Amino acid sequence: MQETTVIRPYLRLAGLEPLVVRPETNFVNVGERTNVTGSKKFARLVRDNQYEEALSVARQQVENGAQVLDVNMDDALLDGVKAMTTFLNLLQSEPDIAKIPVMIDSSKFEIIEAGLKCVQGKCIVNSISMKEGEAKFIEQAIICQSYGAAVIVMAFDEKGQADTRERKIEICSRAYKILTEQVGYDPQDIIFDPNIFAIATGMEEHNNYGVDFIEATREIKRRMPLTKVSGGVSNLSFSFRGNDHVREAMHSVFLFHAIKAGMDMGIVNAGQLVVYDEIEPQLRQLCEDVILNRNNDNNEATEKLIAFAETVKAKGKVEVKDEAWRNTSVEERLKHALVNGITDYIDIDTEETRLKYPKPLDVIEGPLMAGMNVVGDLFGAGKMFLPQVVKSARVMKKSVAWLTPFIEEEKRNNPNAAKGNVPKVLLATVKGDVHDIGKNIVGVVLGCNGYDIVDLGVMVPADKILDTAEKEKADIIGLSGLITPSLDEMVHVAHEMKRRNMKQPLLIGGATTSRMHTAVKIAPQYDNGVLHILDASRSVTAVSTLLSKEKEILLQKTRDEYDALRYQFLHKNKKDLIPYTEAVITKEYFDWKNYKPVQPAVSGVKVLKGYDLGTLAKYIDWGPFFIAWEMPGHFPEVLSDKIFGVEANRLFADAQKLLKQIIDEKWFSADGVIGFWPASSNNADTITLRTDNGEVKLEMLRQQLKKAVGQPCFSLADFVKPQQYGPSPGTGPKNEEALFQTGQTLEKNLAALTGQPGLKDSSELSSPSGEQGAAIDYMGAFAVTIHGAKKHIDRFAADHDEYNKILVQILADRMVEAFAECLHQQTRKEFWGYDKAEQLSNAQLIREEYKGIRPAPGYPACPDHTEKIKLFELLNVTENIGITLTESLAMNPPASVCGWYIGHPQSHYFGLGKISRDQLEDYAKRKGMSMEEAERWMRPVLE
Amino acid sequence: MKTIQDCLKERILVIDGAMGTMIQRHKLTEADYRGERFKDWPCDVKGNNDLLNLTRPDIIIGIHKQYLDAGADIIETNTFSSTVIAMADYEMQSLAYELNVAAARCAREAIRQSGKEAWVAGAIGPLNKTLSLSPDVNNPGFRAVTFDEVVNAYYEQVKGLVDGGVDLLLIETIFDTLNAKGAIFAIKKYFRDTKKPSLPVMISGTITDASGRTLSGQTLEAFYTSVMHAKPLSVGLNCALGAKEMRPHIEELSQIAGCYVSAYPNAGLPNAMGEYDEHPEDTGHYLEEWAKEGFVNIVGGCCGTTPDHIKHIAEHVKQITPRALPVVETALV
Repeated sequence: MQETTVIRPYLRLAGLEPLVVRPETNFVNVGERTNVTGSKKFARLVRDNQYEEALSVARQQVENGAQVLDVNMDDALLDGVKAMTTFLNLLQSEPDIAKIPVMIDSSKFEIIEAGLKCVQGKCIVNSISMKEGEAKFIEQAIICQSYGAAVIVMAFDEKGQADTRERKIEICSRAYKILTEQVGYDPQDIIFDPNIFAIATGMEEHNNYGVDFIEATREIKRRMPLTKVSGGVSNLSFSFRGNDHVREAMHSVFLFHAIKAGMDMGIVNAGQLVVYDEIEPQLRQLCEDVILNRNNDNNEATEKLIAFAETVKAKGKVEVKDEAWRNTSVEERLKHALVNGITDYIDIDTEETRLKYPKPLDVIEGPLMAGMNVVGDLFGAGKMFLPQVVKSARVMKKSVAWLTPFIEEEKRNNPNAAKGNVPKVLLATVKGDVHDIGKNIVGVVLGCNGYDIVDLGVMVPADKILDTAEKEKADIIGLSGLITPSLDEMVHVAHEMKRRNMKQPLLIGGATTSRMHTAVKIAPQYDNGVLHILDASRSVTAVSTLLSKEKEILLQKTRDEYDALRYQFLHKNKKDLIPYTEAVITKEYFDWKNYKPVQPAVSGVKVLKGYDLGTLAKYIDWGPFFIAWEMPGHFPEVLSDKIFGVEANRLFADAQKLLKQIIDEKWFSADGVIGFWPASSNNADTITLRTDNGEVKLEMLRQQLKKAVGQPCFSLADFVKPQQYGPSPGTGPKNEEALFQTGQTLEKNLAALTGQPGLKDSSELSSPSGEQGAAIDYMGAFAVTIHGAKKHIDRFAADHDEYNKILVQILADRMVEAFAECLHQQTRKEFWGYDKAEQLSNAQLIREEYKGIRPAPGYPACPDHTEKIKLFELLNVTENIGITLTESLAMNPPASVCGWYIGHPQSHYFGLGKISRDQLEDYAKRKGMSMEEAERWMRPVLE
Repeated sequence: MKTIQDCLKERILVIDGAMGTMIQRHKLTEADYRGERFKDWPCDVKGNNDLLNLTRPDIIIGIHKQYLDAGADIIETNTFSSTVIAMADYEMQSLAYELNVAAARCAREAIRQSGKEAWVAGAIGPLNKTLSLSPDVNNPGFRAVTFDEVVNAYYEQVKGLVDGGVDLLLIETIFDTLNAKGAIFAIKKYFRDTKKPSLPVMISGTITDASGRTLSGQTLEAFYTSVMHAKPLSVGLNCALGAKEMRPHIEELSQIAGCYVSAYPNAGLPNAMGEYDEHPEDTGHYLEEWAKEGFVNIVGGCCGTTPDHIKHIAEHVKQITPRALPVVETALV
């Protein structure tokens, strides 16, 4: 007897994988950053034909939990049909993105149709409407249906966009009737957008827009229950732009009511949601009144909210402590303290348990481990998040610290007491590298899961790592590193492990490491298991599997996977590179004849010590802070994340509190140094700086990836005016024609001279470049650092407070990045002063909307770390502000940043990509390096 | 004669087996393929099986009859490659329409001669160019063909098949869903343009490996979701896998499909010589088990299957109650 299968009338969408919108589906998040009208970054990438990077914007959306990807190419400067086609075709080859359905978003139907022609899955069309009449609407609906797409119908007809509840219902009902009866659309494939408009604008006729949307939604869902309702939420709070605190609250309150009324999906960002329950009651009440248009005669509610908005300041939330758990058994209390990360009573509870149990070790192996198992289970199930686990570790460590003297004493009395046989994991940041936040987090997480952690710290040479591993009988070795030269060091460690005939599996982690690099470069060096670990949470499963009888299965699986990756790398990853000489010719050209460089207000080098920390705090980009804690997402949306939003808020509150203490008690000293010099380029990849001590040549690298016709191969040198143009008209004595003549001769001279490797100081060169003051162009450099963090990091470590230790480390990193951002702005407005009128918010700064750039040696635009040496000499960094360089050219203290300042208004960031051997040869020659040495430093970018 | 919809309620229908396998048995020469009409054709045409609809209709009609005698209720036209795109291999783009008309007529004629009740399914193949995949590994955004070209090619094929008198349209061996969406688009457009009553559409995808995905990367459910708008008579799987490997996917499909479910696997997986050697009785047993589990409504064979396989399949499934059509709700309960 067969059971009858039932197929329910749900909205079903598909990318490579299906998405079914069921009644119990909460709220479908539509990722909106792949929209040129909403994201300047995405628009720039598309305009610049940097589709690979544009794809990474899409990837981030997916990683951050978007369930549908909105793609919009409506830009006056773009060929929308072509851009949509190119982007969607490329997207199909990225399974991690193409797995979710696409929402094809355009106000031009031809762009929509072009998109529909590229996607195999079932899409959403955003949108069609009756604004141009029924005939057009039907025609477009039939086309959408022929492609099998669901459609968003905007509440818009011949008379205009619907604003009242009645108009919205009327238009949606009419559209529904046409679609279902004349076109034959399935009701579940129809999504209405009944228009969210701005409220609290001061115009009384706008006051009811929120209610109109919510009530229209309710009625639409009642009349047409299979349809869906969507909308763009950020419009609602448009009149409060600039006040995110109020906007967030408005969006949250609005969605609370709209979702209850039946809203199913939405494009949500600018407002950045907070949890409804967490909005301060007064603000929530005011939002309720404004959105629901209550107590709003004569704009009363609106004015109250506006008044509130003016006074509003982010206040810490007052927590009411619940002490009921204190009345339970001591084992329960320990568990509660561990799970909730409470240290307040841990000493007395540990002591009480110690007296209750026969041996102090029993406390660890009994109630403490039981509690940590609960933590491990909750973490594994995604119900606890990294910051909480680190807090649990702090409780555990404090408890163990209390017990340790008793255990020692017992050992003395009874030397035969059984010693726990806990598996041991050895962790180290490799030689030449000083970064260890990630490694510390891995240590804590593994420690929480009952492993014995031997942490050798930073800058650990291979011999020391391996000697210790043998001496301590480590079961597993984990290596960490952040800068690219560390990759080679890891290869070396793996190689040494094989030579020593070691048996332990080797784990690889850290920001520059990757599965591909591990597979291609590290794994072939060592046969007894090499695994790349993406993040701390994954380290637990890897370690536990490696210590179980499943070990061989995992290693074999990994080997197979890495074999496949290597094959893929060798066979598929070859991108067409053009010869270097050709790349130089296809450089980016600017209108140099009409370019007038701005002479920096500061000449030479300027040191800024003890910069105001309070000012810097305002420049912090909190996004990476949460990523460090494995809470991915944009800030502040991350605070309203459906899964970890509550914990993110808690973490944020802790961070704010600690940050205030750091500022008030001056834990950190923010020290920086900047400098500016006359500069010129040579039409190729050398920039010459004219300093008081002669000339310094900076060597840049140029993209060689074959691009579409007309697309330049970028190099930072292109953003500096070439020598041949001479000083700008008006600043020099000669007319343009003559200048050009001179320029050519100069170029010849220069070419002859640049052929000599290692030429640094050349007085012959400075004479033909003109009189003092008639500079061709300018360039700058900076280095910033945070001193003082180490003392507190060590203090917290000594106090077994891993949580605050890692918080301080991450905050030091954020502060130094904020310092770089702040100083860059001050440079643009003041020190260099080429954009004195700049008015950008912190969000705009984070989106890199400023003019000019600050590329860092060792990072994508100029990946050679050795140029850092020149930067350090130019600014006398070590003497001025105390940053030192390791042999891998990592900066110490780890919270340090340095880079170049380039001021050209059209300069931009880019990634170098791969270069070929011909460029490397030229580069080595220019730098006076041996090929071998150049290859060693450039290996990550060498094809 | 009852409609196919009526028959599908009552019993499991049998679709025919491989055409290519049967043509091979005739060991035809270049001259056989050319016939009189194409004796001076500028390029080789041996292997262009669809051309035989014009040059050796006797052979094609004969094969159809063998399948009808074996118990097939649905026979497929010999038109797997009869499109302007696929025919480019033989420089025969201009013959695409004619081939489809002739193939449909061969199938009709076979049914007339056999005196049986059966339906002709116009076979619409996957094309030799894909819309979701780049043939150039260095340029993942490149496409060898456009959506519009695919639609035009299928439109012409559909016109030929309908003009030749088919009863059903079968989009089969789908390894790139976007190509299939092009075929669906063309079918919808054709019936809209001509205002003729639409013919029932059968859809049959191909799962290429054990991961359960199509070649273009979709899961089975995503594939089905993406072609649902065809409102097909049946959805199913064929080719690439033998019955053994296909089973879990057919089981899944039988759970999610709102329409009838078809399955026509290969005769096992190819052996070391690239030949299919699953015995007809084995194929019959596999499909019998699926039928008993209530997975299927239409069964048959793909590569390597022969009239003997179809005979066994038909005998094994004819007494078994077909999969009941799911209740497709039109309101929330």
